[in-house]
Amino acid sequence: MLETLLRQRLEEKDLLVMAHLVAGYPSFPEGLRLIEAMVAAGVDMVEIQIPFSEPLADGPVIARANQKALERGATVGQCLDFAAEAAQAFDIPFLVMTYYNIPYRYGLEAFAEALRARGLKGAILPDLPVEEGSACFGALRRRGLSPIVLFSPLTSPERMRTLAGAADGFVYCVARKGVTGAVTCFDNGLAAYLTRCREATRLPLAVGFGLKDREDIGFLRGRAEIAVVGSELMRCMERGGPEDARRFLEELR
Amino acid sequence: MRAGYYGDYGGRFVPEILHATFEELTGAFEAARVDPGFWAEYRAVMGEYSGRPTPLTYAGNLTRHLGGARIYVKREDLNHTGAHKANNVMGQGLLARRMGKSRVIAETGAGQHGVATATMAARFGFRCTIYMGEKDVQRQRPNVFWMEQLGAEVVPVQSGGRILKDAINEAFRDWVSHMEDTHYVLGTACGPHPFPAMVVWFQSIIGEEARLQILEREGRPPDRVYACVGGGSNALGIFSGFLDDPVELVGAEAGGRGLETGLHAARLASARGVPGVAQGYKTYFLQDPDGQMLETHSVAAGLDYIGVSPILADLYERGRVRFDAVTDDEVVEALSLTVRTEGLIPALESAHAFALAFREIPRFPEDAVVIINQSGRGDKDIFTVADALGDLKWRDFIRRKAEGYRA
Ligand SMILES: Cc1ncc(COP(=O)(O)O)c(C=O)c1O
Repeated sequence: MLETLLRQRLEEKDLLVMAHLVAGYPSFPEGLRLIEAMVAAGVDMVEIQIPFSEPLADGPVIARANQKALERGATVGQCLDFAAEAAQAFDIPFLVMTYYNIPYRYGLEAFAEALRARGLKGAILPDLPVEEGSACFGALRRRGLSPIVLFSPLTSPERMRTLAGAADGFVYCVARKGVTGAVTCFDNGLAAYLTRCREATRLPLAVGFGLKDREDIGFLRGRAEIAVVGSELMRCMERGGPEDARRFLEELR
Repeated sequence: MRAGYYGDYGGRFVPEILHATFEELTGAFEAARVDPGFWAEYRAVMGEYSGRPTPLTYAGNLTRHLGGARIYVKREDLNHTGAHKANNVMGQGLLARRMGKSRVIAETGAGQHGVATATMAARFGFRCTIYMGEKDVQRQRPNVFWMEQLGAEVVPVQSGGRILKDAINEAFRDWVSHMEDTHYVLGTACGPHPFPAMVVWFQSIIGEEARLQILEREGRPPDRVYACVGGGSNALGIFSGFLDDPVELVGAEAGGRGLETGLHAARLASARGVPGVAQGYKTYFLQDPDGQMLETHSVAAGLDYIGVSPILADLYERGRVRFDAVTDDEVVEALSLTVRTEGLIPALESAHAFALAFREIPRFPEDAVVIINQSGRGDKDIFTVADALGDLKWRDFIRRKAEGYRA
C-alpha cells in the first residue's frame, strides 16, 4: 500500500520528493535515463504522465511535452510498458498521471489491472473529480492501488473533508490557482491553506505546482510530507539532459 | 438522472480549482432561469440591441428551383455581429454582470463568437481576451481585425492543431488562474455543466420565434428543420422549439474532403466518433483507439471541432435528431446557389445546412415545409469563398492591395 511505503520512508526523511516526467518525452530511452538520474539524486517517488492530446490542467512546458511525445508516436501501451520497466528497475513507488479519457477508453477495470500488473501504485487524474470518479476510483482500490485526490486553495473545509473520504495514499495539494509551471508564492496564504489541508485529512500531504528551488522546499518542511517537482525539472532536463536534472534535484535538498 | 447529464453524456470533469467557480455559475444560472425578470431583460436587450425577432424568410426561388418542399430560412445572420452567437453571448454577459465579474474570456473558431463576445464586452464594460487557434487567425483575419478594434486582446494559440479545440484548452487555462473576476463565455452547447444547458437556454430564443412564425405562415409546424452542427448551439437553439412536435430534426456536420479521407469533423454522421471525456464533458469525440483526439478538417472554421454537444449526443442515441455530413465542395456549391437564387449570403457553417437540405428536398412532396437555420452571414468568409471559387478578379485585387502596402 502506498501510504505504508510513504510512512516508512518518512521515518528516515522529513520531506519526500516526487518528480514528474512525461512518458515518451523526449523519448522512452531518455526517459529511463532521466528516472535513473532522479533516483540517484534521492527522489522518493515518481509520477509518470501518459501524454494526452488535451492536457487542460498543464502549463506550456508540460503541455508541449505531451504534444511532442504524441507526435513521436507514443501510445498508451508503450507508456504503460515504460512505467513497468521503471517500476521494475527502481525500488521506489511509481504512479501514473494522466487525463480521464485515457483510462476511460482503455476500460476502467482493464486500466486498473494494467497498473497493478505493472507494479504501479496509483493514479493521479486531475480532470476526474470524485463526483464523477466512483467507477474509476473503485477499480483502482479493489486492486490495492491509490486514486490520488487533489485539494486546491479554493476548496472549502467541508469539501476537503468530503474529498478526504475518497482519498488514498496521499493528498495532492495544488499550491495555487492556475496551471502547472507558473510561479507560486510561498507565503502565509499557502501556509494557512496547508493548515486547512492538514485538518481535513490524516494522509500525507503532497504539494505541487511551481516548486523551483531549495527555499520553496525549506518552506514545506513541517507543513507537508511530499514536495512535487515538475515543470522546473523538465526545463532543466531540456537544457542539459538527465545530468542537469540530477544537479537540480541535488541542489534542492 | 444526475444534474448536468443527458442520458449518458454531459457531466462536469474539471480540475478541483474550478469546482467553486462552477458551483457559483450553476447557482447564478439556476436563479436566472426561474426569474421571469431575467428572461424579460434578455429579450429586451436582444430586441433593442441585436434586432430580434429575426425574420423567417420564405425562399420562393429556391423552392421553385429545387421542386420539392416549401423552404423557409430562419435569419440568424441578421443578429447584430452577424450570427446566432449574439444570443448566447448577450445572455452570458447579463449573467456575468449579475455575478459581478469584470472580465470575460472566450475561445473562437470562425471568429464569430469572438466578435460577438468582444462586442458584448464593449457594451457591458468588461475587459476581454479572446483565444483563437493560430490557424484560424490566419483564415479569419477580418474577424480578428474587428475583435481588436472592439478592444479585445486576441491571443493566437500555438498548441495542438492550432484550431478551435486548442483555443478552448487555452481559455480554460486562463480561467483557472483568474476565476474571481473572470467569466468564461463558452461559445457553444458543449463543455462542463452548466454550459450546455445554459447556452441552449439562450439559443432557444431561435426555436421559440421560428415556431410562432411558421405557425403564423403555414398554420402548422414544418416537416423538417435543418441546422449545421459544430458544437451544436444553433442547431439546439432552433430544434428546441420543435422537440415536442412531429418534426424531423436534421443536423448537418462537416464532411470536409469526404468521410473516407478522414479529413472531416463528422462526429456522429461518420460513425467514427466514440464516447469519451475531454474539455470537461462526456460526449462523442473524434479520437483514436488510445483516446487521443484526432485532427479535424472543414472549410468552415466554426464546424472544425472534435466534440459535439452532449445534448445532441443523447438526442442522436434516442433517434430524435438525424445527422448527415456534406463535403466542402457541396457546401461551396450550395452557397453559390443560395447567393444567386435568393440573394442570401449564408456563412460557410450555415451553408452546410443548406447543402444537406438541397440534397434531400427534391425527393419531398410539394406541400411539405422545411426550415433551414441560417446561423450566420457569409461576409467573414470572403477570402475562403473567393479561393474556393477561384475568383480571379478578387485575387487580382488582393495582389494589388498587397503591393500597395509593400511600397
Ligand atoms: C455562423 C456559424 N454557424 C454555426 C457555427 C457552429 O457552431 P454551433 O454548432 O455551436 O452553432 C458557428 C461557429 O463558429 C458559426 O460561426
